[in-house]
Amino acid sequence: MTEEHLLKLYFPANPDRLCLVRALVKRASEIAGCNSDLAEKLVLAVNEACMNVIQHAYKGDYSGEIVLEILNNDNRLLFRVKDYAAPIDLECVKHRDLDDIRPGGLGTFFIKEIMDECTMGHLEDGVGNYLEMIKKIR
Amino acid sequence: MNINTREEGGYAIIELIGEVDLSCSPVARKQILACLKAKQDLLVDLSAVTYIDSSGVASLVEGYQTAKKQNLKFGLIGVSDSAMSVLQLARLDKVFPIHANVEERLRADG
Repeated sequence: MTEEHLLKLYFPANPDRLCLVRALVKRASEIAGCNSDLAEKLVLAVNEACMNVIQHAYKGDYSGEIVLEILNNDNRLLFRVKDYAAPIDLECVKHRDLDDIRPGGLGTFFIKEIMDECTMGHLEDGVGNYLEMIKKIR
Repeated sequence: MNINTREEGGYAIIELIGEVDLSCSPVARKQILACLKAKQDLLVDLSAVTYIDSSGVASLVEGYQTAKKQNLKFGLIGVSDSAMSVLQLARLDKVFPIHANVEERLRADG
């Protein structure tokens, strides 16, 4: 089993930085062998995960830090998003029913639709949260 | 993201240009709701959108619902491939009235 660390990025929980994150995720996905269509979907999912951290974990505190790691483990891409905000209520993280047409509630749906596996939890030291998303690319 | 506005065929047209994400979707939302508050029928032109996330889509959904409540016409025109793939993922491509351009929308209006 070979594991390749494609990216480790620390960035502030500021919406202005999302364009930079998207560019890096797209390039890292392409380097791992994803075609352009898949890379764009992965970009959308990771962007939504980071947005959720900005809006719901840090609640708009732009000084918070987000850590994004991308690893390629035998053509299973792992995207790990970590924050150091107060632990969120994991029961509250759910997407809306798609038939219930209203603004919001789509980000988590996009992530689940695009990725093959998603795991959320709290960091071990009691401060912070993580989301791990896996996509099989072969 | 940049925004151009114009009027054509009795509609206010809001053209969103570039990446519509959390950093700028509040601006798009404000512009959309301002048009509807002014009782203008509205088309949002997405032909030059290179990326849209769920916050941008939420602004469109809010516009659609606000227009409906106020009996105003609302729709999307010239949806780029990139924006369409996100709308399809959200199953919203069958919810929004979508046309290629203003002329096609006007023909559909009759």
